[in-house]
This record gives sequence, structure tokens and C-alpha cells, in this order.
Amino acid sequence: MTRPITAVNDFVVKFANVNGSGSASANGLFVKAILRMGVPVGARNIFPSNIQGLPTWYEIRVSGQGWLGRRGGVDLMVAMNPQTWDRDVAEIEPGGYLFYDSTKPMPSSKFRDDVNVVGLPLTALCNAAYAEPSKRKILKNIIYLGALTFLLGIEREVVEALLAEEYAAKPALIPANIEALQIGFDHARDHLKPLGLKLRRTDKVGDRIFVDGNTAAGLGAVYGGATVCAWYPITPSTSLAEAFTAYCRKLRHDPETGEARYAIVQAEDEIASIGMVTGAGWNGARAFTCTSGPGVSLMQEFIGLSYFAEIPGVIFDVQRGGPSTGMPTRTQQSDILSAAYASHGDTKHVLLLPEGPNECFEFGALAFDLADRLQTMIFVMLDLDMGMNEWLIEPFRWDEERVLDRGKIMTAEMLEAGADFGRYKDVDGDGIPWRTLPATHPSKGSYFTRGTSRDPYARYSEEGAVYVDNMERLLRKFETAKSLVPPPIVRRAARKTSYGVIYYGSTSPAMDEALAGLEADGVAVDALRIRAFPFEGEIFEFIAAHDLVFVVEQNRDAQLRTLLINEGGVDPARLVKVLNYDGSPITARFIQTELAKGMGVPKTRAGEMVR
Amino acid sequence: MTYIAKPQFHHPSLKHNALGFTRRDYEGKVSTLCAGCGHDSISAAIVQACFEIDLEPHRLAKLSGIGCSSKTPDYFLGASHGFNTVHGRMPSVLTGANLANRSLIYLGVSGDGDSASIGLGQFAHAMRRGVNMTYIVENNGVYGLTKGQFSATADKGSKSKKGVVNSDSGIDMVGLALQLGATFVARSFSGDKDQLVPLIKAALTHKGAAFIDVLSPCIAFNNHKGSTKSFDWVREHNEAVNRLDVLMARMAVTASYEPGSLTEVTQHDGSVLLLRKVAEDYDPTDHAGAISYLQHAHAAGEIVTGLLYVDPEAEELHDALGTVKQPLNALSDEELVPPVAALAKINAGLR
Repeated sequence: MTRPITAVNDFVVKFANVNGSGSASANGLFVKAILRMGVPVGARNIFPSNIQGLPTWYEIRVSGQGWLGRRGGVDLMVAMNPQTWDRDVAEIEPGGYLFYDSTKPMPSSKFRDDVNVVGLPLTALCNAAYAEPSKRKILKNIIYLGALTFLLGIEREVVEALLAEEYAAKPALIPANIEALQIGFDHARDHLKPLGLKLRRTDKVGDRIFVDGNTAAGLGAVYGGATVCAWYPITPSTSLAEAFTAYCRKLRHDPETGEARYAIVQAEDEIASIGMVTGAGWNGARAFTCTSGPGVSLMQEFIGLSYFAEIPGVIFDVQRGGPSTGMPTRTQQSDILSAAYASHGDTKHVLLLPEGPNECFEFGALAFDLADRLQTMIFVMLDLDMGMNEWLIEPFRWDEERVLDRGKIMTAEMLEAGADFGRYKDVDGDGIPWRTLPATHPSKGSYFTRGTSRDPYARYSEEGAVYVDNMERLLRKFETAKSLVPPPIVRRAARKTSYGVIYYGSTSPAMDEALAGLEADGVAVDALRIRAFPFEGEIFEFIAAHDLVFVVEQNRDAQLRTLLINEGGVDPARLVKVLNYDGSPITARFIQTELAKGMGVPKTRAGEMVR
Repeated sequence: MTYIAKPQFHHPSLKHNALGFTRRDYEGKVSTLCAGCGHDSISAAIVQACFEIDLEPHRLAKLSGIGCSSKTPDYFLGASHGFNTVHGRMPSVLTGANLANRSLIYLGVSGDGDSASIGLGQFAHAMRRGVNMTYIVENNGVYGLTKGQFSATADKGSKSKKGVVNSDSGIDMVGLALQLGATFVARSFSGDKDQLVPLIKAALTHKGAAFIDVLSPCIAFNNHKGSTKSFDWVREHNEAVNRLDVLMARMAVTASYEPGSLTEVTQHDGSVLLLRKVAEDYDPTDHAGAISYLQHAHAAGEIVTGLLYVDPEAEELHDALGTVKQPLNALSDEELVPPVAALAKINAGLR
């Protein structure tokens, strides 16, 4: 027998469940209880494109050190789904634990010699206690929660308090849940031994909040002054529009009349969504849509119009596995190129690349300032991992003094004072023209917006020189964008090194742990996190300053690397691809192993937090 | 070319409206369409209608898709902002513009190619949402800019200029608009300005989704024998069910009409639609009756024109959304950005 894994506040638990069985609520309570004990948790839902019946998993990283990405490997498998039994059992680390429903005997061939088997007659306990099928279904989950509470040393009062909060609106349900918890807890106490994996109260959570990126981005849009939301349901972006709706209902009604200071339309498709965003942006409202890769494909024509006719708008792209319908409920960073160069003709678009819910909130608000300032479509590139999973993050912050930047809008007073209005005229040398909103002035400042070529005064023209002049100005505008978008964040290794690593988006938490692991092994690598496209100079200086730069991404074709090579004229040989694109969030172990391999380091071990 | 502005001088005796504007103040740039194009007559009718209802030219926003008809917003209301969007997608852009500022008048101009094929979905959904707008389809049954292909409104059996017979059923935009919940539906003919101008006036003052299907023969590609969208064919088969006069609220009724022949409909803004009956028993406030009448007339080969349906009590999208009266694009930071204290409360709820 392999030695059982022992660890305090540092392990991975994975729940294997059946979709629609009510397990999500019990698993959520499990995570919240650990957080309430002051122990940081990274939790990820791995779910099917299905309402009921297919397998679903919930993977929980418990880390007193504060690692919130996926580590890789599973120390305790809570195997509640016979459909996936074999692969779930196979995933457990040697010395790890298998918790299962032992009501029906299982052949010994279904187990492994090198894992610790912990059986609880869950169905039998549940059926003995409850006669109604609905109760049996739901409370079974609470019974296993009770057993785990004992086995891992979770404070039982914490779970009970959480149950009371959870059912505060339906207090009649509280006693039944407390009872189910007790059934599981008591049975485990009387028949089983605590595991080698233990939870111990600490104070590492602080005032952090637990929230998903879609909620954060929806809230960011409220703070960013968005008034028009046009959207079409698509996984994994739907909850962003729903969050915006919920926050608007709370925060955006006229206190006196009760009327809405926002308009949300569920459009007939993604094309209509982006069309409405375009119309609203043209008319001076802050407008957005949220979608995923297939939606971005559908929106291509309008995105080109926005670029060429210079109309502000924001697209939240919550990326999923592509191409085509791909893996709708799995995560990827695979829309980078389709967003950056969206539409026909020569186009480039501003992308913001948040690393998690904090930046979803921050960039979600900033995107509207940038859209108005740059008069173009701004993409905020989330992904399913950060969009739909709750992450433990610093509380949201907002500067009370902050003023919305509405960009260059020419007013009636300016027109009256004799301003020379040319809608596409570069007056200030930054490539950004002035615009008027419809109905600004009775006789001055009107113009005709079109997707066809025109001169600086918005007059139709197909003359080559006029067209080229405008296209060059659009490039100048894109150059200006570099100074407005969030700069990259560089983290230097403890000593000078010729190795660098570039990453972005939801790779962040796994990267934090991988970098610490490398450092603990004495391997030095400088890191740069890209937060936006266009790429500013510092990114290329970083590449130039290192002999070899790893580019870590969650797609097959190394899309950001392609963009770096294309935009910066970088020698491809100096940018090494590190790619994870199986639909599951990237792990710290994967990154650490790949980087070590690339640098010729034989083996590394996990390390301490460096942040 | 469209950048050629019309000279501004005009005859001193030109009439002024209540706002002091002349008809010329509602004109746009010089049209680039074929000489004699029905679309130019519609542009002229729009100019006349806006002049007559004393509209401040800059308070209207004009939007279009792609095609001959969609070019026309450049040729009227030069003081208005215009937006020539993408093919078939004007309805969504107009909807978004309307959401941003509900205080303007929205005029969508499209063609049968733009609205009945690629844009059929957006046409349908803008109607069913009740977007407060006037939506004009300049309907000639043919793709002009690409030189003569059938459009989806071409009638089955109609012959192209090259002699090809259309085997697909024609889409009836009026029938669709009625089914989809448009609250003002009319059909007219570019060659009948007396009928068209009052219809546009009534549509512009209607609250809700107003649709006008204007048959507008294409003199270059669809004005030959065998076409059911030619000048001759439309004239011969045109059956007006009523004639309309629009009285703005402040005007007194001066003309006298035969008793019993007149229907009065008061619109949301107080304007009065005076309908003189032409067809016996046609009631333009009877939704189901209108649909039935139109089906029968279509089967008989008639092109029914006039104000076909109006719901003077109609609601529009903003009513459903419960939005503030003030345009959304004019809200201040204070009205948009919640206080920091609200964020603290949200943070507390996420622990």
C-alpha cells in the first residue's frame, strides 16, 4: 500500500456528479465552508452542454498558501457518478482517497490498490431517512457533505450556519438539511477515520470576495455607464447579461419615478445584437453585447463597420472551445485572432485581456471609456473558466472621483462658435476625429454615416488618395490606443535570466503557482502578462531582452504568439509555444513541467507564493 | 455624385411652414439614382411630408440598409444625421439608435432586396418589438444595383427584363407587417404623391412601429411588359381603400365631407387622421378584417393601397422597457454610476 497522502489546507478534491442531481448546491456549501474557515479555495465547475443526466465535475483546490489556479491531480475523489467511475478512479494520485457510495457491493477490480477507499452507504442512509423521491434526491448530497465535514475536519457549526443562510428565504427547509448533515456526519464519525487531508482554521481569506467573472463584468458595465445591452443567449456568456440586468434593477432606476435608466433587449440573434449596439453607439449611448466565439463569427460585418465608420461599442467575448459549436461548456482562449482582426478588409481591434473577475470588473468599466475615446469596438476577452467559475478575489474597488470619459464629442456650443466640423478629420494629430451626435444643432454638424469610403468631411469618395489617407489615419488612431490600454505587468525573477514567459487571461493563477515552483527550484524566468492589444513597446522590449520566451496559451494554434510575431516582427524561433487546449483550465503542474523542459531543467517541485 | 450639394437659392415666394422653414430646408444632396426612378419621388414625398408636419429637420434620424433605396437618405433632410448601415440590418441599428435617444423621430428606408431577403428576420423582429419608427420599403421587385435579379417580393409568374419567369412565391411585406404586430400599416405607389405624402405624415406622427410598402417601379430593370411592378401594371391594378388627410392637432377641420364617408382617428400626439372611404366596409382599425380583405384582394390580382391598419392606442418598445423619459444618451455620470457605498454592499454579499 502506498503511503496515504497527508496534508493540511493543501489538497485537491474533485466531485464527480450527475448533472441535474442537485449536487451543485452541496458542493457550493462545501467550498463556502472552507472559505469561512479562512482557507483560500479555487473551485472549477466542469459541466456538460446538457440540462440533466450527463456527467459533471466540481474540482476544488484547497490552498492555505493561496494558490487559486488548477494544480493538476486529485487527492480526494468524491465519486458519485457510476457513468464515470473508471476514469474518476484512475485520476486519483497514488496515496489519495476515494469516497464512494458503498450501498451496493462493488467488485474489487473496480478499485485501486494504491488509493484509500472510504465507503459510506449513502443511498441506504438516505432511503432509510426519507421516503419522498424529491427529498431523497436533494438530501443525499447533504448527507455526503456531512460525512466530508467529519472526514476533513470542517467545522460543523460553519456548515450549519451556511445552511441557515442558504435557506433563509425558505426557513422550513433548514431543519431537514441540518438533519441530513447530521446523518452523514454521525455515520462517518461512528464508522470511519478522519482522512490524512485536513482543514484547519486560518486567516488567509481576509476580506476577499468569491465571484465569477461574468457577474463582475456585468457589474463593471453598470459602473462604466452602459445604458444599452443587446444580447442573444449563448453559453458561456449568458450570465453576463443576466448579471447586468440584475444589477441594473438594483442600481439604475430613477428613485422618484422608478423608471429604468437602461434598456436591455434580448435580440433575435447575434447580428441583431451587434446591430443594436452599433445604432446605440452611433447615437451616443454606451452599449454592449456579450457573446462567445460563434457570436463573434456572426458579428464580423458590423465589427468592420464599427472600425471603418468609427462607432463606439463593447463586445464581451466569453471564450469557449471552438471551432464551430466546439465544446460549448469548456474553456479556451481561442478567439484571439478572430477578434483582433475581425471582419473583411484591413482591420484591427482593441482587445482587453482580463486575468480574472477583478479585471473583468475593471476592464468591463474601462472598455466604455475606451470605446468612446477611440470611437471603435472594444473587445473584452473573458473565457469560460473566469466567466462562469467563482474565484476568490480582492473586493471590487471604484474611485469615487472617477469621471466617465465620453471622448471627443462636438457640442452645439462648439459648432455655434464656428468649429470646423469634419467627422473624419484628424484635428489633434492622434488619429481620433470629433463626432457629433444626431440632433446636436439645427443646421450645423449633421453628417451621413456610411461603410463606404469618404473624405474627412464624411463626403462619399472612391478616390485612392482619399481612401489611403483615411486608412492611414485609422492606423494612427490604433497607435494612440497603445497609450490608453492597460499596460503589461512584468514580474522579474530573483536573478538575471535569459528566459522569459508571456501569458494572459485566466492562465494567471496557475502561472503564479508555476513561477513559484520554478523559483523554489532555483530556476529563473521573467514573466510578462499581456493585458491588451495593441501591444505596446514594453512587450517587444521584453522579448528582445530574452533569448527564449515561452508564450503560454489555451488554444491549439498559439494565437497570441501569432499576433506578437505579426505585429512586432518577432523571430518565431524565439517564441516557444506552451499550449493547453483540451477544454479544461490550464494547470500549474503543466506550465511548470513544460517550462522546465524548455529550459532543460530535469525536475521541479511546487513552491511558495511569490506575489 | 452625392457630394454635390444643391444650390441653396430659391424663389422668394416659396412657402414657409410654422417653423419658418421652406421645403428646400428639407432637401438633401443631388440624387445619383437613374432619371425617373420611383425612389426619387418617394424622397420628394418625404421632404413634403416633413415640411407639412413642421418637423425640425435635425430632430429626425434617417437610417437605411444597402441598395438603391438605401442610398436615398442622402438625398433628403440634409440637416439630419443619417446612417447607411449594412445590408438587411437597418432595423437593428435603428432599434439601437432609438434605445439611445427616444426623443427623436426615426425614419428607416429600405428596399425589397434589403428587407425581404437578407433582412427579413430583422424586419420581422423590429415590427414585433414595436420600435417607434417609420419604416418605408421602396419596393420594386428587383435588385437594381446588381442589374436586374428578382427580389423576394417579385410575384410568382412575373417576368424579368431578360424574359425569365419567377417561379418563387412573392413575399407580401404588408401581410407580414400586419401579422407581426406593426401598429400602422400602409401601402402606396411612388407615382401617387397625393396618396403617399399624407401616409408618410401619419406614419411619422404615429407612436409605434409604422410600416409603409411603397411600390416604386425600377425604370432600368423592372418596367417592362410582363412585370407586376411596372408603372403600367401598378396603375392598372391599384385599388385604394381610402384617401387620407392628416390634421395636426392645432389645425381646425376646414374641408367639408359627405356624412358617413369619413372616419376620424386621433393619434397619440393629438394629430387626427381623416379617412375618406373609397372601398365600402373597409375599416382600417379592424386588424383581422384588414388581413382577410388583403388576402382576398391579393387573390383577385388587386394591389390594395391606402392606410390599411392603424392602432392609435399602440404602445412602443420604451413603454415595455419602462425607460426614463430623458434620452439614455443624455444621462449624467451621477445618474449612471452607482455610489461607492453600493459597491461595498455588493462586496459584502459576495463573502
